[in-house]
Amino acid sequence: MSIRFLLNGEPVEVEASPTTTLLDWLRETRGLTGTKEGCNEGDCGACTVMVTDGDGARALNACILFLPQVQGRAVRTVEGLGGPEGQLHPVQHAMVAHHGSQCGFCTPGFIVSIAVAHLNGRRDFDDQLAGNLCRCTGYAPILRAAEAAAAEPVPDWMRTDAAALGTLAVPDAVPRDGDGSAAFAPRSADALAAWYEAHPDATLIAGATDVGLWVTKQLRDLAPVAFLNRCDDLRGITADDGVIRIGAMTSLTELGAFFADRHPSLAEMIRRYGSVQVRNAATLGGNIANGSPIGDSPPALIALGARLHLRKGDARREMPLEAFFIEYGRQDRQPGEFVEAISLPVQADRLRCYKLSKRFDQDISAVCGCFNILVEDGTVTSARIAFGGMAGTPKRAGAVEAALTGSPWTEETVRAAMAAFARDYAPMSDMRASADYRMEAARNMLLRAFHEDRGVATDVLAVTA
Amino acid sequence: MSAHKPLPHDAARLHVTGAARYVDDIPTPADCLHLAFGISSVAAGTVTAMDLDAVRSAPGVVAVMEAADFDVIPDCSPSNHDEPLVSDGTVHYLGQPLFLVVADSHLAARRAARAAQVSYAETAAILTIEDALAAGSIFEDGPRVYTKGDVTAALAGADHVADGRIEIGGQEHFYLEGQAALALPQEDGDMIVQSSSQHPTEIQHKVADALGLPMHGVRVEVRRMGGGFGGKESQGNHLAIACAVAARATGRPCKMRYDRDDDFLITGKRHDFRIDYRVGFGADGRIAGVDFTQYVRCGWSMDLSLPVADRAMLHADNAYLLPAARITSHRLRTNTQSATAFRGFGGPQGMVGIERVLDHVAHILGRDPLEVRRVNYYPPAQAASSDTATGDTPGAKTGAPLDTADLAGRGSVRVEGSSGGGRRFGAAYSPAPAATGNTTPYGMEVEDFILHEMTEALSESCDYAGRRAEAAAWNATQPVLKKGIALTPVKFGISFTLTHLNQAGALVHVYQDGSIHMNHGGTEMGQGLFQKVAQVAASRFGVGLERVKITATDTGKVPNTSATAASSGTDLNGMAVKVACDEIRARIARVAAPHLQAEPEAVIFDGGMLRADGAEMTFEEAVSMTYMARVSLSATGFYRTPKLEWDRIAGRGRPFFYFAYGAACTEVVIDTLTGENRILRTDILHDAGASLNPALDIGQIEGGFVQGAGWLTTEELVWDAKGALRTHAPSTYKIPACSDRPDIFNVALWDRPNREDTIYRSKAVGEPPLMLGISVLMALSDACAASGPAYPDLHAPATAEEVLRAVGRARA
Repeated sequence: MSIRFLLNGEPVEVEASPTTTLLDWLRETRGLTGTKEGCNEGDCGACTVMVTDGDGARALNACILFLPQVQGRAVRTVEGLGGPEGQLHPVQHAMVAHHGSQCGFCTPGFIVSIAVAHLNGRRDFDDQLAGNLCRCTGYAPILRAAEAAAAEPVPDWMRTDAAALGTLAVPDAVPRDGDGSAAFAPRSADALAAWYEAHPDATLIAGATDVGLWVTKQLRDLAPVAFLNRCDDLRGITADDGVIRIGAMTSLTELGAFFADRHPSLAEMIRRYGSVQVRNAATLGGNIANGSPIGDSPPALIALGARLHLRKGDARREMPLEAFFIEYGRQDRQPGEFVEAISLPVQADRLRCYKLSKRFDQDISAVCGCFNILVEDGTVTSARIAFGGMAGTPKRAGAVEAALTGSPWTEETVRAAMAAFARDYAPMSDMRASADYRMEAARNMLLRAFHEDRGVATDVLAVTA
Repeated sequence: MSAHKPLPHDAARLHVTGAARYVDDIPTPADCLHLAFGISSVAAGTVTAMDLDAVRSAPGVVAVMEAADFDVIPDCSPSNHDEPLVSDGTVHYLGQPLFLVVADSHLAARRAARAAQVSYAETAAILTIEDALAAGSIFEDGPRVYTKGDVTAALAGADHVADGRIEIGGQEHFYLEGQAALALPQEDGDMIVQSSSQHPTEIQHKVADALGLPMHGVRVEVRRMGGGFGGKESQGNHLAIACAVAARATGRPCKMRYDRDDDFLITGKRHDFRIDYRVGFGADGRIAGVDFTQYVRCGWSMDLSLPVADRAMLHADNAYLLPAARITSHRLRTNTQSATAFRGFGGPQGMVGIERVLDHVAHILGRDPLEVRRVNYYPPAQAASSDTATGDTPGAKTGAPLDTADLAGRGSVRVEGSSGGGRRFGAAYSPAPAATGNTTPYGMEVEDFILHEMTEALSESCDYAGRRAEAAAWNATQPVLKKGIALTPVKFGISFTLTHLNQAGALVHVYQDGSIHMNHGGTEMGQGLFQKVAQVAASRFGVGLERVKITATDTGKVPNTSATAASSGTDLNGMAVKVACDEIRARIARVAAPHLQAEPEAVIFDGGMLRADGAEMTFEEAVSMTYMARVSLSATGFYRTPKLEWDRIAGRGRPFFYFAYGAACTEVVIDTLTGENRILRTDILHDAGASLNPALDIGQIEGGFVQGAGWLTTEELVWDAKGALRTHAPSTYKIPACSDRPDIFNVALWDRPNREDTIYRSKAVGEPPLMLGISVLMALSDACAASGPAYPDLHAPATAEEVLRAVGRARA
């Protein structure tokens, strides 16, 4: 299909297979080899590029970004960060001055990530750089460079993309059936619904943080595909009449920002969901629709009493989110049906989310436990508890909920309820954790929730030397 | 003079602009082909049928090469000729290359490689230490044993005796740039190879062997690697050889790079160890004797495992005087990736063993572990003796003849019989261990021990005692979280233990305009070697660094190089460059001296000038004058490390020129409900001698520490029961991320001259800082111990899961 975008300030038009990644195109077709392939799965950040559209500039992993996803946007690679007279960007200068590169292979990705943070005025560098791995420096000099550069003004040339986008005429991609590479890029949910009902075997691509790996690792041929990134009406969050409605194409970045005040524990978990690059691409709808037993948003949303809104053609239905997950690899979704939105009640914040992984940042959960336990006058009046990583699906802890509900909110009750986990879950052992550990940690998370409620320090991330 | 200045990495500006080229970035001719291996899906057995029709007919495929396509399957081993490029029909591990696809694109090659139909007759895979011991699956003729004193008597006579075991996991290198090579066929059958390799001479040798060429028919060039860490000492051989044979077969340039998952599945990692110990000690914590048994999982081929296991034995003492010791090393052959070199080369595992012992002893006695460590330290160094200046004694008398096949590989030790191989003293000629009270278990005198002063300085600067008391007080108030703190030392031996590898060459040209072209045998993998060596060259000529051009390592310029490994890059190549520069400098001085009315020896090169008794001329004038006088402005330099003599079979001699030291104090916090843990603060004092470049050295220290901490905490390699590596990508194998570095991270240099005559009295700094990460493991042990009365027996890696188990043991 034909894709138009700005590359380092210059308009380009590309004819390519829809599942060509931006990284492969940059390196192999365009000869821009500054952007590196480190893992080809969105984990190392060596391929980080800056992508700008009407919502601003953000960092994305080019290795799992398909060309149609940059349709109508502006892409800037490490080669495009310097000034028109060959000046170094302040971030580049600082990285030299502070010895931020050793082998240099991760460096272009870091440069882009820090430059985007610099442009956006972000100084939470541990988070901004969680998606960039470095094996040489131990990160300390990179952080010193980022801090130093933060004191420098944003160069003028870094602000030109947003304005230049207006000059870019983007064609409406027309579905081309029957040629084996059919790709559709609808501009609305209605258009998507109609096309998907007619092509129920198609693969929907939202953020491609999971589907990208089907291509780069499993080498699957996905045709036909539909890219949802231009369905603006599937994006966004509304909160009316006590109901929060979140469009399926809402990114995890947007989700985290929305929940920062309403449910800070969820926002903190989202902070640790993937990395900046991944959260900028990944969507809530994708995280639910792919049915992963270790996706992090479903347990939290189930604990919050979320409902899932599905659509097929013009037909819509909804269900409690937990009902969508039938068993491992199987969801209550019909051919041609897609996730349109999630809704949940506005409520007082009692949510506690605990994400357990080998590494704090950018790691898939071994266990993710979410607790929404209401206590009135010392008694548990309601408990909604859901876990990821404890079963073949995100799953509610019905027996644990029952053991708590109606009982006094005491350590005795909690310890009794911890025994009920064995009725709810029989976790498995894998490379992330053993079954025994999963069970013990899940039980202890309930105890942690209790301790936390009593003001006991339970969070190693909050401790200082 | 640029030596000792904190200058940026020579390629920093190229790194930050994306202009630095790695192998996959080098523009290739339009007809370049791309390679991928088809790999085995079982761990052990034989291939009974391999149908490659679908591979051959896949889009873009130009050729497919399997065992039958070779008269002799090219060998990729750096040691034992036991690594066929593609399987000869026997499968030794899951991930072993079975066939080679040559296609018109990287993606086409990868796709096609998966189209094979392979049937196997599986046999029981030997995966674990128990499996290997039960099957007698070992390398060498039996365990190696080093002894000092009578350990049995020492244990029998000790006030206390303790037993223990620690499991120490392996580590994936995770160089950000995966393995890569590019072969360009030349006229008359010659081959030029671009390789991401720490060992260009080995690549040259193995490619020449594969092509049936003399080494002069192959030229290997390495400008830089995107990280090596030991993982590119031997593991790049397969790619370079594959490219060369495919280029020979097709007549076209061939490039190969592993996809990250293939890289994990095919290549070797750090050896995992189990170490059993029995230690006897007194009430003051002083060790009377220790008996170590080290079990080393080597994987399917020998690779570099023997010297790795040797070095683990050589660091079983770390900083501690062991009056009696026995170290037994079992080198186990398993159906897994062939474990290989990784920063520290076995030393870290040996060191974890003794640090665990000290931690255990302190716990039993209820004493501060640092006190117990210090009472066991080697005695302090005496003042340097006068013979340290230039002693350039021959490394060894000629022993058994060398195995001429693999002279340059670190694995090149012959293994038949108990006599071993390589150049060595026979045990009968070895010096007997001296009884001076500073002798290692292998009979070397520790002459330069400076950890008493360093430990004192570090424990003061980081307020170890005060913070230890604070942590204990804090722990007493916390039902869920516990802090731990530990200060651990590092003493790391510097030199290749295969003595003949301790040599290096350099080639220096001065052009008529006064610019300098510098080349040496070392490779740049990010450590800043090129910059340090350029600083040496600029300093010798007294000119600015901008005059010195650093050029790619090239087997056509400097031959017969050793791997850039064993932390030796600067020590060896810096000296070789110095020799070459000094030769040219002497020639220039001889020509210029009459014009300065001075003797050549009186001419000083400084500030871009030649000066003598008030007279001066510019460096360019002197160079031009030298050229006009028809005197050569090009020279080679050569260096060999003095004082070395080593018998690896007897475990006797002086394997190391000197020791590099360091100490780290780390504070951690753990969650006793989930085992989650993190580093709160680390203070490091590290000995880089008189640092050649403090900025680059601190970079090595910070990075080495974090890499060591990762090895011992989050980096867990998991194989399933079938021998499949389940952690084969960064999604499942977790190296430290940005926020995993210590919140407070203070790093300082113990900036004092090496007592040995090294380049500008600096010390090697590549590997030793990795072992500063052991302080994290010991701090975690301390935190686990704070949650119960028993010893937590914390194993590595101390993942959250392992920490929770250790908390459980402490409470048992």
